[in-house]
Amino acid sequence: MVTRLFTDMTKNDFLPAGLMAAGLLLAGCVTINIYFPAAAAEKVADKIIEEVWQAGKGGEENGKSGRNINDKTDGKTDSKTDKTDKTKP
Amino acid sequence: MCKQLINFLMLTALILFMCAGTATAVDFEANTPAVTRLKQNMQQRHSQLAPFYDSGAVGLTRDGLVALRDANAVPLSSRQSVNSLVTAENQDRNALYREIALANNHPEWEEDIRLTFAQRWTASARSGWWYQQGNGSWQKK
Repeated sequence: MVTRLFTDMTKNDFLPAGLMAAGLLLAGCVTINIYFPAAAAEKVADKIIEEVWQAGKGGEENGKSGRNINDKTDGKTDSKTDKTDKTKP
Repeated sequence: MCKQLINFLMLTALILFMCAGTATAVDFEANTPAVTRLKQNMQQRHSQLAPFYDSGAVGLTRDGLVALRDANAVPLSSRQSVNSLVTAENQDRNALYREIALANNHPEWEEDIRLTFAQRWTASARSGWWYQQGNGSWQKK
């Protein structure tokens, strides 16, 4: 049976086609069993994190501006003290 | 008979190969309405959470969530709100990981996605924020 099949295949030159089919099937099976695409997932994660924490960056800026305001108020108090210093004499 | 079998095998292989090819060619998907909604929720919440990250009250856990790590750093008046913020954030984060896995038709990727996010949250965190190391201990960035 097997030899008959084999002779049939060689007769009709089906062996290369059979091998190709088997190869494709194997490649298909291997490729279809996809592993977790870690690199692509990292990129997506970074993008999402950037979007989600963008508001936080705004908050950061607000925080910085808050500090600036404090600095300004410090400056004002300094100027006030300067003024008081000036008024004192 | 043999020819038919080979033809069938070749066709099946070709279809499988093409399917696999398209599956791998498609980028990692994360653009679904559910993901967008979750992102917006988290974005809005972040401005409220950021001060707690700054103070070290809330830290980034190794499983891609957030946790109240130092309750003493939170004023009594905002302890309840911090707890609800953490709970809501974790619900959204869990949903986000699940939704991304589902968007890729691979629900089993959820844990991989979670771990990827855990690493990336930590990597993107500002200095001074706390994150959980692999062994569970907290580390200031």
